[in-house]
Amino acid sequence: MTLTPTLTDPDSAGAGPHHRSRRPAHPLLWVAAVAALAPVVVPFGFLIGRALGGGATALDTVLSIRTLELAINTTTLVLAVATAAAVIGVGAAWLTERTDLPGRRVWRVLVALPLVLPSYVIALTVISALGPRGLISDALGVGMPTIRGFWGAFWALTVATYPFVYLIVASALRRIDPIVEEAGRGLGHSQRAVFFRIVAPQLRHAIGAGVLLSALYTLSDFGAVSLVGFDSFTRVVYAQYAGRLDRTPAIVLALVLVLLAVVVLLVESRVRRGRPFIPRPSSRTPRPAPLTNRQRNLSIIGLVTLSLFALVLPVGTLFAWLIRNPAPGGIPWGSLTGSVAVSVLAATAAVALAVPVAVLVVRHRGSRSAWVERLSYLAYSVPHITVGLAMVFVASRYLGSLYQSLLVLVAVYVSVFFAQALGAIRSSLAQLSPSLEDAARSLGKSQLQTMFKVVIPLMRRGIAAGGLLVFLTTMKELPITLLLRPTGLDTLAIDVWSASGDLLYSAAAVPALLLLAVSALPTFILATRQR
Amino acid sequence: MSLRRSALVVCLLVLTSTACGDGGAGTTLTVYSGRTQELVEPLFEQFTATTGIELEVRYAGSTDLAATLREETANSPADVFFAQDPASLGAVAEADLFTPLPQEILSLVPDRFSDDAGRWVGTSGRARVVVYDASRISGSDLPGDVYGFASPEWAGRVGIAPSNGSFLAFVAAMIVMDGEDATRNWLNDLAANAPGKYAKNSPIVAAVEGGEIEAGLVNHYYLLRLQAEQGDTAATNHFLASGGPGSLIMPAGAGVLRTSDDKAAAEQLIEFLLSSEAQTYFATETFEYPLVSGIPAVTGLPSIETLGAPDLDLSELAGALDVATDLVAAAGLL
Repeated sequence: MTLTPTLTDPDSAGAGPHHRSRRPAHPLLWVAAVAALAPVVVPFGFLIGRALGGGATALDTVLSIRTLELAINTTTLVLAVATAAAVIGVGAAWLTERTDLPGRRVWRVLVALPLVLPSYVIALTVISALGPRGLISDALGVGMPTIRGFWGAFWALTVATYPFVYLIVASALRRIDPIVEEAGRGLGHSQRAVFFRIVAPQLRHAIGAGVLLSALYTLSDFGAVSLVGFDSFTRVVYAQYAGRLDRTPAIVLALVLVLLAVVVLLVESRVRRGRPFIPRPSSRTPRPAPLTNRQRNLSIIGLVTLSLFALVLPVGTLFAWLIRNPAPGGIPWGSLTGSVAVSVLAATAAVALAVPVAVLVVRHRGSRSAWVERLSYLAYSVPHITVGLAMVFVASRYLGSLYQSLLVLVAVYVSVFFAQALGAIRSSLAQLSPSLEDAARSLGKSQLQTMFKVVIPLMRRGIAAGGLLVFLTTMKELPITLLLRPTGLDTLAIDVWSASGDLLYSAAAVPALLLLAVSALPTFILATRQR
Repeated sequence: MSLRRSALVVCLLVLTSTACGDGGAGTTLTVYSGRTQELVEPLFEQFTATTGIELEVRYAGSTDLAATLREETANSPADVFFAQDPASLGAVAEADLFTPLPQEILSLVPDRFSDDAGRWVGTSGRARVVVYDASRISGSDLPGDVYGFASPEWAGRVGIAPSNGSFLAFVAAMIVMDGEDATRNWLNDLAANAPGKYAKNSPIVAAVEGGEIEAGLVNHYYLLRLQAEQGDTAATNHFLASGGPGSLIMPAGAGVLRTSDDKAAAEQLIEFLLSSEAQTYFATETFEYPLVSGIPAVTGLPSIETLGAPDLDLSELAGALDVATDLVAAAGLL
């Protein structure tokens, strides 16, 4: 659940009217909401102002800089990755949740594991393992083709995002009562007919949510497309920003990119329109669908191939580089502490702000608080390169010495990832009856005391999940960090990025493996908690 | 909560640092450095150790910092701008943000490596070269000037770093020397050859060494760095002799900003960058050309006097920089 904020329609995931508080919202709740969202929303206003102020130049840019070509490139990549992620994610979820495939428990873990891999780490391993002078060519003495450009980006992003679809669909399958499927099979329908006519329609919303995450991730991705040299929007935005004195073209292109994100959101909300399927709680363990021998063999071949590409190749490549040249320069302690410190700061701050905002949106539901939620999902969906650029623009002009300070960096992380913390915490708050709070209040506790003594302790699972999610995504974040980090702050993501830019693969392997190691534990906790 | 706490910490840090500056206990200069931390931090530390002047350095891309200075104008905290290419320096000079340097600093470096009006001074020289794979082709197979790489025989064999500052400055030089049309044609023909596109110079050198491409357009010192790391290489530098934009020598350089509240200390830093100590550092550690006479370049490099560098007014580069980006983008290379 925590992985799938309802991005476009906060109301559908909301609590019923009986969850509302009759008391007016404490002003501090609004302060928290503003503090959480201002670091993205305000610079964005300036960005739009700047683009409009650019007037003719802005229009020129849109018309002259291959905008159409970039839009086609980016859209093609998004469609291809989202489709592949959907096919792989749904297929794997069906196999591991609904069939008698041998070793399902092991497959569940193996299929979900690539969630830990950031796209740029996968891209780095694809580039460095293949090619005429890559690891595989060296080891086997055969010339491997170089995979760059579209196919490199497609590979890296499909691997990085199919786990979203897999986890969400698998969790939905577990909640769907299998009785209809069993009835369908009992009536003599084939496996395929049961899947497409009974299961797939019930999964529409889950698939939509997973594909949405995959599409937004692909649209926003900067690291992988840059490393493989594919001309998508993000890469060219950065090149325009870094290469020229006039920042208007970069800003205009970044805003066109945001339009694409809005299109993705709109398409998804159309797909999702209609009554959401509400699973009937079922305590029965589903009877697994029997696979024929041929189906079983094909499925195993499919899953083994998937793991080879998505897990063995990336992780194996990193270890191979490490063995070739063990720890050149040793363990980057500075970057390790830098990464962990900013991620902990961001997670703590996000959670600290998400608790009051969750109270605001659940207990004081109204049109204004619905906007708080919508804005948080929009901030989460806006490509990071745009967010970073907007903040650079505002901070370098108006914030003086705060530009490139830790405060600004962390504030932007919090704003961008706020929806994750809010989603997790609001759903645990929605499960609490407000009568508990009313009881505390009638016993003479103040609103704040009630919050700290009653509400927060009861929400600790949601708080932990939200904090872990923010921690994880901050650890892996690249473009915002690249644009806004203070002088002297090194992170593992930056290390991986600059070492792979210089083709120093052994030097990139160490921080990449550390990044995976630090991310593994929170991912494991989150994934197992989903069950 | 923690957001507010970190705000407090940051405010305290800001307060204490300004308090220190005002207290006169020691001078602090703010430096915007377009040269990477890895490369120049040892030099800066040396400067602080010798003079007691503390440096607060913001590292970023040269063009990025030039654009920032142009937005900050009078509010800039910067005292010194240290950039890796003349185009960024020129952009800051053009916006009238530099204060002219004294003659005794300017006279240390040949005129052609500094600003006409003395607003910035070159600190080290970087030559554009062709790096090629000597195990597959010989230097005589290479064209006489960069225009040759646009011919179809080079399809798929060359590497460039189209978004890199050095490449863009070189394209700007081509625009200044040969005009926009010639540059556009060259870029379009080059693009038709589907060159390998890399993010920076160093991966081009690595790609030539690894056999991925046969030649690449880079600055001269990347190969020397690779050789310092791993010994002999098949990759070899070729200095184009034509006197065209492909033989450009682009100085890294520095200037003092008008916003500086301690211009004497700022000038001291620039003098230090031209001291024999710093010039030797550039020669032996970054493998660039020292620009102060009497300091030799590293052995194996042809003398800077013998390079067929074009006669180009570096001050003109800044004006062509954005046009260069446009042309590179329009050719589909960015």
